Amino acid sequence: MSVARRCGPPRALTGLFVWHLPKPAVRQMPCKFMHYCGLVNKRWITFQHLNFLKRMYVTQYNKDLSQQAKPKSDPVAPPFLEKKHLGQEKTVIREIRPVSPLHPPSSETLNRNEFKAVNSAAIVEDLATAVGAESKEEKQWKEMKLQLDDLPGILARLSKIKLTALVVSTASAGFAMAPVPFDLTCFLLTSIGTGLASCAANSINQFFEVPFDSNMNRTKNRPLVRGQISPLLAVSFAASCAVPGIALLTLGVNPITGALGAFNIFLYTCCYTPMKRMSIINTWVGAVVGAIPPIMGWTAATGSLDAGALLLGGILYSWQFPHFNALSWGLREDYSRGGYCMMSVTHPAMCRRVALRHCLALIGLSTMAPILDVTTWNFPLISLPINLYISYLGFRFYRDADRSSSRKLFFCSLWHLPMLLLLMLTCKKSLLEKEDKSELFS
Amino acid sequence: MGLRVLPPPANGNWGGGVPAGKSCMELLARLHLGAGPAGCFQSAGWSTGSLPLHHSCTADQEPPEASNFCPPAHSCNDWIGPPDRQSNLRPIVFHIPKNESPLGRRLREFRQETQVWNQQFWASQNVSFRKGKEEFIYSRLKAKGLEMKDETGQKVTLSAEEMADFYKDFLSKNFKKHMCYNREWYKRNFTITFLMGQVAFERAWRMLGWKKTKVEN
Repeated sequence: MSVARRCGPPRALTGLFVWHLPKPAVRQMPCKFMHYCGLVNKRWITFQHLNFLKRMYVTQYNKDLSQQAKPKSDPVAPPFLEKKHLGQEKTVIREIRPVSPLHPPSSETLNRNEFKAVNSAAIVEDLATAVGAESKEEKQWKEMKLQLDDLPGILARLSKIKLTALVVSTASAGFAMAPVPFDLTCFLLTSIGTGLASCAANSINQFFEVPFDSNMNRTKNRPLVRGQISPLLAVSFAASCAVPGIALLTLGVNPITGALGAFNIFLYTCCYTPMKRMSIINTWVGAVVGAIPPIMGWTAATGSLDAGALLLGGILYSWQFPHFNALSWGLREDYSRGGYCMMSVTHPAMCRRVALRHCLALIGLSTMAPILDVTTWNFPLISLPINLYISYLGFRFYRDADRSSSRKLFFCSLWHLPMLLLLMLTCKKSLLEKEDKSELFS
Repeated sequence: MGLRVLPPPANGNWGGGVPAGKSCMELLARLHLGAGPAGCFQSAGWSTGSLPLHHSCTADQEPPEASNFCPPAHSCNDWIGPPDRQSNLRPIVFHIPKNESPLGRRLREFRQETQVWNQQFWASQNVSFRKGKEEFIYSRLKAKGLEMKDETGQKVTLSAEEMADFYKDFLSKNFKKHMCYNREWYKRNFTITFLMGQVAFERAWRMLGWKKTKVEN
């Protein structure tokens, strides 16, 4: 797995969605020296793709790998002692002599000692490989003791922090698009409340799915699967996020937002999660779950459920289909073996048809935005290129039905949504314009 | 030392006290390799390996199943191992504390039972998937007039699109089995978590009790 590839996000996407700690010096080192350089105190984060919010990542912090792409066998001896052949060793010794001409006697004894060390190291190595396999298996057994140092990382993975960040940003977009003056306190309370609710929902989802997650490549490194946290702690964490989160939304923002937040947690944990294994309708339920956060953002700002809120929800709802259907196309084997009822397995033609349909729906919904006074007429025009592009990829996926077209559509969906929301924000109908309009009519 | 054979619960239910549907239990029982009547799960270990009888674990530790691993004697925690090759589930070796309460014992035994049950389900599921896949590939290649291995000796694989029929078929064949499993899994998961909560509460209560007596003395 190429862990040294760096993604360069375009400037337009910096801000809400981008964060990374660049360490170019580490990346340039060849892999085999990674173990032998003082990496203990270095920390680097690498992302696999431009929109890392939904992608897996490898972090190396204090020698522990959070996600290991490939198991690396630890060599018994350092590389410079690995040479087994006598001839090679002699060559090494001969080469060492001319290096230190100033002190010939000391270098000779040094070489002799080194030769002995090499010999014994070779014997030790043979023995070591014999017990190596067994000790390797033993090394893989971990004590189920909660390390407080690891707890923040574990909880971040339990709450699917990147997905939560995406959910919070869609809620913020909904808040920002609402036709009211911007209130910073309300905005922060909404963001925190939505974030907590999302953490709770994601934790409960992982709590329910432990044996299924173990059997799928995408999810087999989750904290509950690896036993890094107990189910009781996971549920307690979820409760301690849900209660303050919903309370914050209900009391600190308004009851509608609180109710929507609570409903969304219920929909995700009690409807979507079990339904994944019962019926393909789960995809539509999941799309509603994704559509509710921007509606929450809007209601937090305005206090009422307007047509604009529903439009934003509609855009997120439609976006879920090309995103998820394309993703699920490559996971058919895991879904089938794990018992997940997904369109890509049971009704592949419908899967592609629905994805294309909703790509085209995005164009229609973007056109509705100025009609509902959410944006100016610039928005459907400037969003047309990206909407047409995703529709084109949706059409290719529909027609070709192969892995490459599904991947292209999936990756496009990752940047399409932030771009669309950004364009929407820039084309937001200003309050002044609206006031003038209402004065004209009164 | 040695492995415990857990008797079926008296009322035929699993620790949670919620009776499962009869057809589900029959279905689940049929999965188990040569198992007895429905509801009788031995902690006879993983369906993969034989029982290791030669390891030496102290009386404080629950004997492991298909591995020679034994946690260090000084450890007071459970130990979790690498994913099992057949079921992809990670086995846990449970620690038996010296002053284990009846509730704690009930929790540990229930977790052990669930672990065995899960292992058997997923191991058989994955094995049947792999077998079905091989048979499907073989029949498709035969229909095309191709061999299982090409000139270089490598195994011929079908594309994902060709495999799609198998995936759909496998999913629909195993649907009812999965429904039964899901129901049972949710019940067990809730029961285990609830018992964990009770044990944690009991421990906290005990610690408070000791502190009070210390203060009084």
